[in-house]
Amino acid sequence: MRRIRKWHALLVAAAAALCVPASGVSSSSDNSMITKVGKTEGQLNLIAWEGYTQPQWVKPFTKATGCKVKPKYGGSSDEMVTLMRTGQYDAVSASGDASLRLIFGKDVRPIDPKLIPDYKNFIGALKSPPHNTVKGVHYGISLQWGPNTLLYNTKKVKPKPTSWGVLYSSKYKGKVTIPDNPIQIADAALYLSKAKPSLGIKDPYELTDPQFKASVDLLKRQHALVKKYWVTAGDEIDLFKNGSATIGASWPYQTNTLQAAKAPVKDLIPKEGATGWADTWMISSKAKHPNCAVKWIQWVSTPKVQAQQAIYFGETPANTKACVIMDKLSKGSCAQYHANAPTAYFKSIKFWKTPTKDCGNGKSNCMDYTKWQQAWTDIKS
Amino acid sequence: MNATAVRAERPLGNARRRLSAALWRRPWLRAVALLLPPLGWMIVFYLAALAVLFVSAFWSIDSFTGKLTHTWTWANFHTIFSDPTYRQIAWRTIWMASAVTLTDAIVAFPFAYFMARIAGPRQRTLLFVLVLLPLWSSYLARIYAWRLILNHDGALNWTLGKLGLPTQGWAFTNTAMWIVFSYIWLPFMILPIYAALERIPDSYIEASRDLGARNWTTFRRVIVPLALPGIVAGSIFTFSLTLGDYITPSLVGNVDFIGNVIYRNVLGLTNNLPFAAAYATIPLLVMGLYLVVAKRLGAFDAL
Repeated sequence: MRRIRKWHALLVAAAAALCVPASGVSSSSDNSMITKVGKTEGQLNLIAWEGYTQPQWVKPFTKATGCKVKPKYGGSSDEMVTLMRTGQYDAVSASGDASLRLIFGKDVRPIDPKLIPDYKNFIGALKSPPHNTVKGVHYGISLQWGPNTLLYNTKKVKPKPTSWGVLYSSKYKGKVTIPDNPIQIADAALYLSKAKPSLGIKDPYELTDPQFKASVDLLKRQHALVKKYWVTAGDEIDLFKNGSATIGASWPYQTNTLQAAKAPVKDLIPKEGATGWADTWMISSKAKHPNCAVKWIQWVSTPKVQAQQAIYFGETPANTKACVIMDKLSKGSCAQYHANAPTAYFKSIKFWKTPTKDCGNGKSNCMDYTKWQQAWTDIKS
Repeated sequence: MNATAVRAERPLGNARRRLSAALWRRPWLRAVALLLPPLGWMIVFYLAALAVLFVSAFWSIDSFTGKLTHTWTWANFHTIFSDPTYRQIAWRTIWMASAVTLTDAIVAFPFAYFMARIAGPRQRTLLFVLVLLPLWSSYLARIYAWRLILNHDGALNWTLGKLGLPTQGWAFTNTAMWIVFSYIWLPFMILPIYAALERIPDSYIEASRDLGARNWTTFRRVIVPLALPGIVAGSIFTFSLTLGDYITPSLVGNVDFIGNVIYRNVLGLTNNLPFAAAYATIPLLVMGLYLVVAKRLGAFDAL
């Protein structure tokens, strides 16, 4: 009889053990500033935008440092933030609308820019930009940047557009495509800041209630004109290739790909200016391979890698010394991707950042990102 | 076999014998041992997950850092029921699921009827293969194929143009979604209806004729009522699959379904898991109600 009871108890214990939810092994987090590089750990787990970890610069890096790179592509800024919070990654190529969320969520470690020799060659605006530097503390090192452009079919769209207004007018009804992304509200706000100065929009990411409503209303009216809210860059390329869309908001990457496929398209920055992205490599506060991560940031900041990545993705390097190498790799690419453009060009772009309640004017009556998200669902429905 | 080996084996053999004796004496113990693995699986991976889902629906997240706040709140449900956007998305999804179910039932019935009662054995095998063939290829590949068909410069418009008919602009509309959904879930409707129709004994139909019923009356009063559980069983698949899908809407449509809202709250935007959990209870409730009605109509007897 005793044996049966033991057996019985065993069953119960097994059932109980199954019911206890597996508690995640959370690694300890370290939020102190990185001031020196130690011995490399042999491995590096990255979250990156697709195209940011190409073999042409990852292979030589592994050869030089012994750090094996394991990249995971993030599909959106939001996905990147979610992935970083798992604590399984060492570093992330965060855009401006993700970086502040990571900083205030204490998910990333500050870094001393003195560790990065090429930092001194960066354009001034990307040395301590507000999206990765808070109160003088650097939470990452800038990488590359670029504008969101207006892409159009040169055969179907005439005359050549000059304003973002073309995306909101019924002239191209059913032929418009824009990104399926709440940050798109900033594009509407940017247009309204020029088209309706009475609203007083200064920063398209810091919107008070009436400014926000006006932008959302504009996008709601646009809904009837939109053929498809594109999710991936490939989506938009398809739409332009098969003629479903003739005009839309885009990245330079799509233009490059479409032009390479001989599609009759061009892109431009309309007179209102453009929104854009500026990416930063940030190191996780739970990084298991922090030394490899610092080595990686040193590597991707060098002029050669900066030039390679700029040409591959179609964006602008932070390192001013990359221009010469870009022209060596592909003639005219320095000017094509604005690597030698004056500061005024950089200033004309309103870089993505996380909308918060704090409007930067001491008041906290702006719409935060949750509101943006809800409004976006509302716009699309 | 040498002596040591026998001695080593004996305690184990004894234990086994005692265990089997215990199991024989106590049938309930046998049942427990037999049911525990599947039941444990069910409880841990299915019911426990559902319970966590339901509990987390009452949490919230910090709007800036996006971290979970474990305080009890009705706020998520309040937003879902008070915000017209989420109501509209829920209704749209339910409406689409109903339209797809109805379409599939209408298309599948004659097909299943032909398979079950008219086709010869060879034809039947061929038709079976044809119904199941699409299921062998990837669901994504089939959706992309439909994109190519419905596109502005796609196969359909090309054909219409050659025939001198006006072209359509269905790409990325609800019409496109309705067509693709109806296509994708059709096999799940055909098979249960076929099973139900095949089970109707010929003698019932002969009896109906002997009693003077014409073909139409026999069909209406004998065949359809007997096939109804099969139709309802099939509708459970088409309805629930449409209700939960988010890939088709994002690839061939241009508006959100319930699944898209959940997806974007989980792996996008603010990572608002509690809200996703709260919204996920809506299709659960709808499906619960649907299953109760389906049971009344005898759908589970036909499965």
